[in-house]
Amino acid sequence: MKLYTALTLAVLATLTSCGGNVNGGNRTVIQNKGSDTLVNVAQTWAEEYRKIHPDCAVAVSGGGSGTGIAAMINGTVDIANSSRVMKERELKMARDNGNNPVPFIVGYDALAVFVHKDNPIESITIEQLAAIYGEGGEITRWSQLGITVPGASGDEMVRVSRQNNSGTYAYFREAVLGREGNYKLGSLDMHGSKDVVELVMNTPSAIGYSGLAYATEHVKVVPVSIEGGAPVVPTVDSAGNGSYPIARPLFMYTVGEPEGAVKDYMDWILSDVGQQILLKKGYAPVGKL
Amino acid sequence: MGALREESAQRGIEDRIDAAWVWDRIAKAVIFIGGISAIVFVISIFIFVAKEGLGFALFDLDKSQFFGSPAWRPTSEPEPQFGALALMAGTASVTGFAMLIAVPFSLGSAIYISEFATGRKREYLKILVELLAAIPSVVWGFIGLTIMNPLIIQVFNVPVGLTILNAGVILGLMAAPIMTTIAEDALKAVPDGYREAAEAMGATRWQVIRWVVLPSAKKGLVAAILLGVGRGFGETMAVLMASGHAINLPTSPFDSVRALTATIASELGETARGSEHYKALFTLGILLFLVTFTINLLADILVRGRKGKKA
Repeated sequence: MKLYTALTLAVLATLTSCGGNVNGGNRTVIQNKGSDTLVNVAQTWAEEYRKIHPDCAVAVSGGGSGTGIAAMINGTVDIANSSRVMKERELKMARDNGNNPVPFIVGYDALAVFVHKDNPIESITIEQLAAIYGEGGEITRWSQLGITVPGASGDEMVRVSRQNNSGTYAYFREAVLGREGNYKLGSLDMHGSKDVVELVMNTPSAIGYSGLAYATEHVKVVPVSIEGGAPVVPTVDSAGNGSYPIARPLFMYTVGEPEGAVKDYMDWILSDVGQQILLKKGYAPVGKL
Repeated sequence: MGALREESAQRGIEDRIDAAWVWDRIAKAVIFIGGISAIVFVISIFIFVAKEGLGFALFDLDKSQFFGSPAWRPTSEPEPQFGALALMAGTASVTGFAMLIAVPFSLGSAIYISEFATGRKREYLKILVELLAAIPSVVWGFIGLTIMNPLIIQVFNVPVGLTILNAGVILGLMAAPIMTTIAEDALKAVPDGYREAAEAMGATRWQVIRWVVLPSAKKGLVAAILLGVGRGFGETMAVLMASGHAINLPTSPFDSVRALTATIASELGETARGSEHYKALFTLGILLFLVTFTINLLADILVRGRKGKKA
């Protein structure tokens, strides 16, 4: 634990040198890791930031919110991206290792439900989603929703889900299946949002979920409603104003209150310039632009 | 050697310390380090895996859940579930299916290469078989994902093609080359005298192979199959990509499954060091280690038995 504290201090010490006086050729690197939902925009942020701050490089990698949070706990990262809040247990582990995570909401994302583009379904309710994905849920065949999918072999529904460390997986569970709910076993657990979209695109009887920013013209995005309400199409607006029922905040956690280069970077991300980039990538910005 | 040196020391003849002597010592040391490194690595890997997972596996883990329940939900709140039954069934079913494919293919090609092919044809065949073994597993996985998946959907009219069938075929093709090579070695080790004696007694080609060559090489052939099984248990990337990665207790070859190795590969990078999930994954590692270790040991004992008998 002492070692981690020492390492963190060392990292912070190098970081503080970035914002102010930098010796020739001495660049600072900010390690940024986590959420697969955020990785594309994080990459663009890093590239754009590099153009105005050539002395400060941001190294971005994805892998899922769990990856970023684990890296934060293990002390190998300066900023962790996450599409879910850190659990109490994870916060405690991080603090025990001397890394105090501080959350920043950097945007909002609609969790879109995808089906094959030939699927005639017009909308789906949260309750139906729970019956499809949740343990003990009744729906396993498309005919139970009154749907025949053209080109599908048989009636069986192929559930596409995410690996169990994904923030999207955790958020979907909480929002759709309930706090104590569990997923039905036997779903195809993909390792990234892109894989989910790709599999749904190639499989007529599939249903899957991912961040809206990953939608392509090759899959159909299904409007979602709460039972009795009107179906809402997931868009940047409906995610931002809360009318879409499964939208979530996206987080970036810094190690302690950000200082120096990390602070400059976070300020820039939350500025109008940073938020414009986020909007262009298909996420809802924090506040009005 | 030692006795000889002692003797020469008594007679007052010492090794001359020159460049050749120094090189001799250096070479000896380097070769010694190389020789024991494998053992050192295996033991340290085992200690590492055991250190991370054994305490948890022995004391904290609910064994009846681990071996009896298919529910693997390590990040579930409030109560995580560590049932590995479906993962074990997944690994076993894919490996089993792979052997259905690999055993006839590899034994067939080993018999052909060793007993029928001659001259240049035989050399080319051997090189090709070894080339097959050099294809990286991620490439095999990619074939499973992009070629086999749509093919299985079309041919068998099933909803999804990432199944036991897909992963089994891929894994069978991956395991076949090493099995062929070892089986062929076993067949080659049967002395030509046996074949000649049988032929002299009027046996046909098939009778020689069926009643003389195969029984004499039996242990080596079983060892080849066991090594193939070990390969199947340990293979990760191709199985991860082709099996569908779905927690299922399989009932048909068209079910998607998830393997032990694939679970470790996809989850370990994302767990906090020292967490329950992390330790549970290491428990899966210990299980895998024990299974493959047993299989390889068995194969080794069989091969040694065969060689011992011949000498």
